[in-house]
Amino acid sequence: MLGEALVTLGVLVVLYIGWYAWLNDIIVGGEQTRAATELQQQWAEQSRDERGERGGPGGPGAVPAPAVEALSIELAPVLAEPSATNEAFATLLVPRFGADYARTIAQGIDVSAVLNSRRTGVGHYPGTQMPGALGNFAIAAHRNANGAPFGELLDLRVGDRVYIETAAGWYEYAFRGLEYVLPNEVDVIAPVPRAAGAEPEERFLTMTTCNPRFSTAERAIAYSVMTGWYPREGGAPAELSAMLGGKA
Amino acid sequence: MYAALWRAIPGPVWVKVLILVALAAGILWALAYVVFPWISNSVFPEDVTVRE
Repeated sequence: MLGEALVTLGVLVVLYIGWYAWLNDIIVGGEQTRAATELQQQWAEQSRDERGERGGPGGPGAVPAPAVEALSIELAPVLAEPSATNEAFATLLVPRFGADYARTIAQGIDVSAVLNSRRTGVGHYPGTQMPGALGNFAIAAHRNANGAPFGELLDLRVGDRVYIETAAGWYEYAFRGLEYVLPNEVDVIAPVPRAAGAEPEERFLTMTTCNPRFSTAERAIAYSVMTGWYPREGGAPAELSAMLGGKA
Repeated sequence: MYAALWRAIPGPVWVKVLILVALAAGILWALAYVVFPWISNSVFPEDVTVRE
């Protein structure tokens, strides 16, 4: 009787580890990607409706918008910061993480409400800037388990593009470098990363996750700078439209 | 424990096996979608953010 109970407990622990390290990423990662794709489609439809491009197959709405050159980053609109925790306002697209990679960015860094969410998973640090604003758009996500939106964060190479998509269009960033810090080094999300108090003259994107994998001893930080702005009516960046096959 | 369970399930052997497989599937689903996420959220909440 006791032996059976102990064996059952052992099996449960092994199942938990298997779920934590492997199955959970497949279940939650899939749900997060689907949720982000739904959001993208919703924005695309909204935009087509607004422009009156509601045609049947072969109508103007069916033709993927042509890819264009990026516009000046100064033209990019700046969204108001959402007030509600876990309110979704953008999606994150990183070609280096895979052609079908898409995750939803929501307001707040609460672990159970945002970072462990099945629909969002990437959280915006409240009080840091929004995409397109001078300063630092800082976001956090898991590197392992719960969908692991930043599972491949350390695979980024200098120059890799990171796109933030909103209803208005695509903010394009170029990856600059990685840094490893302790969890209390909050100046990495300052308006000028690592220079708290300095007046920002650039638009930064800072992504934070845990380091090493499966540990919370340190944080891995990925810095990018904004390089371009693509309004929705002008079409998706060439790199993305190739990936999405014209879906956007 | 498991011997008592086997005796408690009615029917011939193949029905018993079928019921047990369905039971196991239900338990695994509940673990993966309800119990384990709850443990992960409330017992081991992992922080990936920087804060003071």
